Amino acid sequence: MSEYIEHDKDGVSVGLVEKKYFTFAEPPDTMILESNARLGPITICYETLGTLNGDRSNVILILHALSGDSHVAGYYSKEDQKPGWWEIMVGPGKGIDTDKYFVICSNIIGSCMGSTGPSSPNPATGKPYGFDFPVVTIADMVRAQKALLDHLGIKKILSVIGGSIGGMQVLEWAVRYPDMVASAIPLATTTRHSALAIAFNEVARQAIMADPNWNKGRYYGATKPNLGLALARMVGHVTYLSDEAMRRKFGRRLQNKSDFSFNFDADFQVESYLRYQGQKFVDRFDANSFLYITKAADYFDLRRQHGQGSEAEAFAKAKARFLVISFTSDWLYPTYQSKAMVKAMKKNNLDVSFCEIEADWGHDAFLLYNERLSALIKGFLARNYGELQKK
Amino acid sequence: MTETTQLQSAGLKRFDLQVIASWIKPGSRVLDLGCGEGDLLLYLKQNKGVTGTGIENRESKVALCIAKGLSVLQGDINEEVLDYQENSFDYVILSQTLQQVYYPERLLKSLLAIGTKVIVSFPNFSHWSIRMQVLLTGMAPKNEQLPYEWYNTPNIRVITLKDFRKFTRDQGCKVLKEVAINTNHHDTQGHIVSFLQDWRATYGIFLIGKGVTNEKEKA
Repeated sequence: MSEYIEHDKDGVSVGLVEKKYFTFAEPPDTMILESNARLGPITICYETLGTLNGDRSNVILILHALSGDSHVAGYYSKEDQKPGWWEIMVGPGKGIDTDKYFVICSNIIGSCMGSTGPSSPNPATGKPYGFDFPVVTIADMVRAQKALLDHLGIKKILSVIGGSIGGMQVLEWAVRYPDMVASAIPLATTTRHSALAIAFNEVARQAIMADPNWNKGRYYGATKPNLGLALARMVGHVTYLSDEAMRRKFGRRLQNKSDFSFNFDADFQVESYLRYQGQKFVDRFDANSFLYITKAADYFDLRRQHGQGSEAEAFAKAKARFLVISFTSDWLYPTYQSKAMVKAMKKNNLDVSFCEIEADWGHDAFLLYNERLSALIKGFLARNYGELQKK
Repeated sequence: MTETTQLQSAGLKRFDLQVIASWIKPGSRVLDLGCGEGDLLLYLKQNKGVTGTGIENRESKVALCIAKGLSVLQGDINEEVLDYQENSFDYVILSQTLQQVYYPERLLKSLLAIGTKVIVSFPNFSHWSIRMQVLLTGMAPKNEQLPYEWYNTPNIRVITLKDFRKFTRDQGCKVLKEVAINTNHHDTQGHIVSFLQDWRATYGIFLIGKGVTNEKEKA
């Protein structure tokens, strides 16, 4: 996902929020990962917005994409320059209404945004894990989030919502914990990466690992593999946009010049944009986390994990009502992939709604303000809230 | 004979939908194909406690339906009906869409597989005004129900009440109920036609069941 973080255009915001931490799986009770490796202690970083109601029936769990974090909306301080990453969707009266719902946004393990990941200290050595950090999967991330919800005393989730890699976590939640999840909104996501998606991730990973400063993941306290990470981010940004989006945003326009420079400076605006995005990214993201999270996304395969190869079988355990949303110009997770999961849900008699939203902005469309998207989510949540209260 | 007053209480704008709604048993499972903005589904959900699903092709309408709290899938009805298990629904509704379907035989077969009963409504092409237009002007007819030119009409199937009855016989299914209705030009009010139906009805509405099962029941 790209960064589109902006202040709300009408100035409506949930206000001040706090970065919170929960630590569990202290040795010897470490968590056994899908790879059979052990991890512990594990810290999960999270944020809560709104108020939990008396019968705890208004919980919404939001899960973020590759480069996101637990800071979904609001501000950490009054001086903060930027709100959370989904400020346009989450807040008072918005698509996900914090006056009505208790919103939890959880970070993922493997991240560098406050949860345990490759940049966290390895209890065995006291130094950052680096490449000694075990490979984590989407299922591992979700199991860690489950521990957080248990800690918070949440037994039922009104809705699990997320886009892209966040959407994979949504699907994993719905299938792994069917009795906890009343409804789910997977946005711009897939039950498994296509070869195309894996290919782009691999190019991005190779960019990092080819950087001499990467040093097999042991660069903490030394020069970071910034060139590799910036290049990886540039590749990512291409996949988040679309032909149409790039034509509109950049076309063949030149950056601050009227003619070609006849050297390899960033002549075109698109070159300049990608370089800027790459450089900005290295300041806030850890290269090893990028490797681990993209690998988790590539490994994710709901069919393999839960359906013995069958998409329909994979959803057999799910009980949630689903709202599946894809975007017309998303070529990273094209609509056919959403349709395949809808088909599988129908075969299991699950209550599913599906909408392919017309948007030119490619995969990133789920992060941009879209009245239709907000209205859809709002209506779907209101209905499910009503049904959950009836029970 | 008129049911106008009774059916108007249905709270639905279109008269044909009022008739269809009156046929649906409370608490049943309903699939509405080409559900538009979801008026019928919303009515059935609120007043009859049905579990409803809609299928609609247009993104803007799908979005409206979901925002209203309905379960609606964006897609082509011919493809979408194939994914359900047998007898997933008590009623499958195909209202004012049959005349736009490329393969009506195939579709009806699919509908009877996934639904116990199927409700079909369509504009009656043997209405007197249509017959008169063809006879007197010699041109493809146009009226309130079929307001298109021959070259831009989505209504590629010309169906009359008689044609449809024969179609159901040929398909081996059973007509459980049928009414012919005559509506005003907004289709908001109307009455049931029992005399000279083929000539006077603007729409036909049929409730169809699985033929084979019904014959067995008789035996």
